[in-house]
Amino acid sequence: MPSSKTREVSISALLLAVTLVCVAAVLLITVYLMWAGLPAISEIGLGNFLLGKEWASTSSNPKFGILPFILTSVYGTFGAILIGVPIGIGAAVFLSKIAKGPVKRILTSAIDILAGIPSVIYGLIGMLTLVPGIRKLFGLPDGASLLAAIIVLAVMILPSIIKLSAVALDSVPKEYEEASLALGSTPMEAYLHVSIPAARSGIIASIVLGIGRAIGEAMAIMMVSGNVANMPSLFGSVRFLTTAIASEMSYSSGLQRQALFSIALVLFAFIMIVNALLHLILKKGKKHE
Amino acid sequence: MKQEPIIRCRKLSLWYSKTQALKDITIDFYPNSVNALIGPSGCGKSTFIKTLNRLNDLISEVRTEGEVFYRNTEIRDPGLDVTDLRKEIGMVFQKPNPFPMSIYDNIAYGPRTHGIRNRSELDDIVENALKSAALWDETSDRLRKSAMGLSGGQQQRLCIARAIAVQPQVLLMDEPTSALDPISTAKIEELLSVLKEKFTIIIVTHNMQQAMRSSDTTSFFLLGELVESGNTEQVFSHPHDKRTEDYITGRFG
Repeated sequence: MPSSKTREVSISALLLAVTLVCVAAVLLITVYLMWAGLPAISEIGLGNFLLGKEWASTSSNPKFGILPFILTSVYGTFGAILIGVPIGIGAAVFLSKIAKGPVKRILTSAIDILAGIPSVIYGLIGMLTLVPGIRKLFGLPDGASLLAAIIVLAVMILPSIIKLSAVALDSVPKEYEEASLALGSTPMEAYLHVSIPAARSGIIASIVLGIGRAIGEAMAIMMVSGNVANMPSLFGSVRFLTTAIASEMSYSSGLQRQALFSIALVLFAFIMIVNALLHLILKKGKKHE
Repeated sequence: MKQEPIIRCRKLSLWYSKTQALKDITIDFYPNSVNALIGPSGCGKSTFIKTLNRLNDLISEVRTEGEVFYRNTEIRDPGLDVTDLRKEIGMVFQKPNPFPMSIYDNIAYGPRTHGIRNRSELDDIVENALKSAALWDETSDRLRKSAMGLSGGQQQRLCIARAIAVQPQVLLMDEPTSALDPISTAKIEELLSVLKEKFTIIIVTHNMQQAMRSSDTTSFFLLGELVESGNTEQVFSHPHDKRTEDYITGRFG
């Protein structure tokens, strides 16, 4: 019969092994993306690939410029942040400081549900309401556009911004707000000038997480953005880094297929940068406390 | 000639939902004096001073009765603009609570809130407030540094400077030295005698010596009642009430 000590050791070894599966997955993905993505880049040329304005992967004289995708992803994410952050922080302040009792409970569970809705449903609703809405409102031939994608992304990143910001605001010591009130500020002034700055690092982390989610999203925006490889314009049909991969992978071959892996590599690099940013902010936030 | 009281309180009672925390408090505070409130924990001292700047509003289900006047303003008036009231009646808390921002921004917070934007005016206010709180010499070369880097005693003096930067008439202090070491405590007690030239100070304290050393009047609270109030020397040497005597001689509380 094995002693309890050997059992302890074998269990912790097992736990280590399952944890290593995650690490192995990350390593495998990184190595595979390099291996699969780099050949096309070297064949097309890094400059032509990243800065080329034309993507015509199936024409007889194929062009593999992904600048339209990069810019669309950057603009789309930026636009979503521009809309989502003020709404998200406002909602977080309401949730953390003002809402009480049943109102708070209902709002909290609504935000949880919002976070759990599959992205394909966001896309579906956007396609059926937002796209025709934009078409009518702006008198366009087609409402599927960067604008529609930005709005869908803004709603999708709201839950993480609200939840994390509210947690950060919750942990601001009550004494700060009391001190502000005792100096003759209104409660709103206290939230704006004391609570939000005090919760800064948590709020910024929530925004960075939102950026990560927006950059990585594919399904929902594919359904509302028209999916044409144009240089981005607000009312034009556009294609993102993510949707570029998803829309051609099923029928691609040869250099085209390799170039899709290269796009994945670029996307991967973006996500890595966002993650590194997040770590940096969280580390800096800890130092200030 | 007797001065008019700056705060006049008549039969003030207060309930937290159904629990009565203050019973028929009648007391006057006169300008330019230091007034100590003593008594065991939970006897209503903090509740009482938070009534004076309406910070009790933050707690739900608080109900008051009676009259509390700041000069000619009824403090209990539900239509009163509490931000105006709190500009006149400042507060320093038990635990030093500087904002996590620079020393300068801490002091300038109140004046900015009340609409002062002019840079040189703010500079003057910050300098004067820090000087009044005996903190200028220690901080004049690090005004832009975070206030969180100050020691506990310095932080509490910063909070005093922050409170006086909005030029209140009355300063409420809720056990301002209970979290501090003896040297920092002595500095703040020293400060009280200087500050009373400009302000009326109402200070809650658990420290008998502190009340004796630094206050002009002393009021003894017990279980929500004001047992005795008067000249500090008289209260400590010849208390009228047996309960006061028992408390100050350390027989309970």
